[in-house]
Amino acid sequence: MNDMDTNVLQGISTAFAIVAFLGVCAWAYSASKKKDFDEAAQLPFNDGFDNDVQSDDKNEADER
Amino acid sequence: MSTETLGPTPAYNFNVVKWFSIMTVIWGVVGMTVGVIIAAELYWPDLNQGIQYLHFGRLRPLHTNAVIFAFGGCALMATSLYVVQRTCHTALVSNALAWFVFWGWNLIIVAAAITLPLGFTSGKEYAELEWPIDIAIAVVWVAYAVVFFGTIMKRQTSHIYVANWFFGAFIITVAVLHIVNSAAMPVHMFKSYSAYAGAMDAMVQWWYGHNAVGFFLTAGFLGIMYYFVPKQAGRPVYSYRLSIVHFWALISLYIWAGPHHLHYTALPDWAQSLGMVMSLILLAPSWGGMINGIMTLSGAWHKLRTDPTLRFLVVSLSFYGMSTFEGPMMAIKTVNALSHYTDWTIGHVHSGALGWVAMVSIGAIYHLLPKLSDREEMYSVGLVNLHFWLATIGTVLYIAAMWVNGITQGLMWRLYNEDGTLTYSFVESVIASYPGYFVRFIGGAMFTAGMLIMVYNMVKTLRGDQKSEPAAA
Repeated sequence: MNDMDTNVLQGISTAFAIVAFLGVCAWAYSASKKKDFDEAAQLPFNDGFDNDVQSDDKNEADER
Repeated sequence: MSTETLGPTPAYNFNVVKWFSIMTVIWGVVGMTVGVIIAAELYWPDLNQGIQYLHFGRLRPLHTNAVIFAFGGCALMATSLYVVQRTCHTALVSNALAWFVFWGWNLIIVAAAITLPLGFTSGKEYAELEWPIDIAIAVVWVAYAVVFFGTIMKRQTSHIYVANWFFGAFIITVAVLHIVNSAAMPVHMFKSYSAYAGAMDAMVQWWYGHNAVGFFLTAGFLGIMYYFVPKQAGRPVYSYRLSIVHFWALISLYIWAGPHHLHYTALPDWAQSLGMVMSLILLAPSWGGMINGIMTLSGAWHKLRTDPTLRFLVVSLSFYGMSTFEGPMMAIKTVNALSHYTDWTIGHVHSGALGWVAMVSIGAIYHLLPKLSDREEMYSVGLVNLHFWLATIGTVLYIAAMWVNGITQGLMWRLYNEDGTLTYSFVESVIASYPGYFVRFIGGAMFTAGMLIMVYNMVKTLRGDQKSEPAAA
């Protein structure tokens, strides 16, 4: 491992960061998570308080 | 130690939220008033009358601690303890511990307000408080973390709403930052020396300092944004998926940006360059978050015409976008060579602190106060609107004055004669800064006047006073 210096470590870290970022993006935008996230986006609403304005468009979030 | 139940089951603790909200406004007035006093001292240097406790050097850390940790801290605790209950559909895990956090945090602030004017300081910017207070902060903060995460753990919902992710990152990271940076060797009760030495001490300090910006003043307030903007606009966040990418990108990048405070110092060059590059990349998640917040209003823009609370929230996002563009630019080493140590830095900080942090907090508190006193809206929506304009114009005056001053100072300081001597003495740059210092004083005074109006409106709202008034413009 004599070739292992700080530059190699920096390269590995950069590659790791890119893979992690792409992984998060792929996970966030995967079709299987869509329903979960649409539900999560509604959490500030529908929490049982009468004096609150309900979300006035539940369906629009589905388009994104 | 009472617990109020405003909704159906469970027994939400909104009383502690109410008191944190009240203290947010009170500490806001105190901290900003001290800010106006020290701004006046820069224009009228004799103002301190030779009294050491009123000296700029004593009051400046009091100002920063009061606005960041007292005003900002109470705003974050009020909103996070409210949001975590509302979005997890469950009451706080422990009311006793929540009240311990309330009293502990406010007593720490009182201790700061006493010790800083007396001159007790560890000399670390934004971490000036001496070691006994630092230990108290760590204890109270851990209690805060237990209340917040304990509540998350007993949530009745399957998902943890994105605002809680930002609040959670803020709570964990601030604990780590505070404990590491405050490590010190006490000499006696009121004096200690940092556990680190030389350039390493500087790097630890600015790792702390910039992440106080990144996690206290950004992540925490983004938590506010992700709940209160959708709530006030009556629409879910523009893109929940973008908010997830925003979260992970922001927290993984911010932690590296600290070295940009140490350009052209004894810090190794590679560390300076790393700080600069990471600061530049940070523009992307910052603007991703800003766009996500602003676009939440798409289709509801008309609400801005009648709702000054929403106006506070949305304009805060505009200032957030401005200052997170300015920040990466200033982190570029060649730009920093001009801007660093000038008033431009102070202008940049206040673009974020007044425009973003204070205005998003004020908007959230105006959203909370009517709900916490079980009424439809604030006592006077017209006064909320007046506050909005005082705050906006005050902020613009402040940052414009500091841009002019900063660039003037930077250009004067770097000018050489042919024989290598400096063209201008330092005092000539001070004289050139005078008009800007006056404009800054006016801007800060306007912002503080807005806070006084907020106190009046808050008291009337909490007392349940009613007023018939025409709809706000």
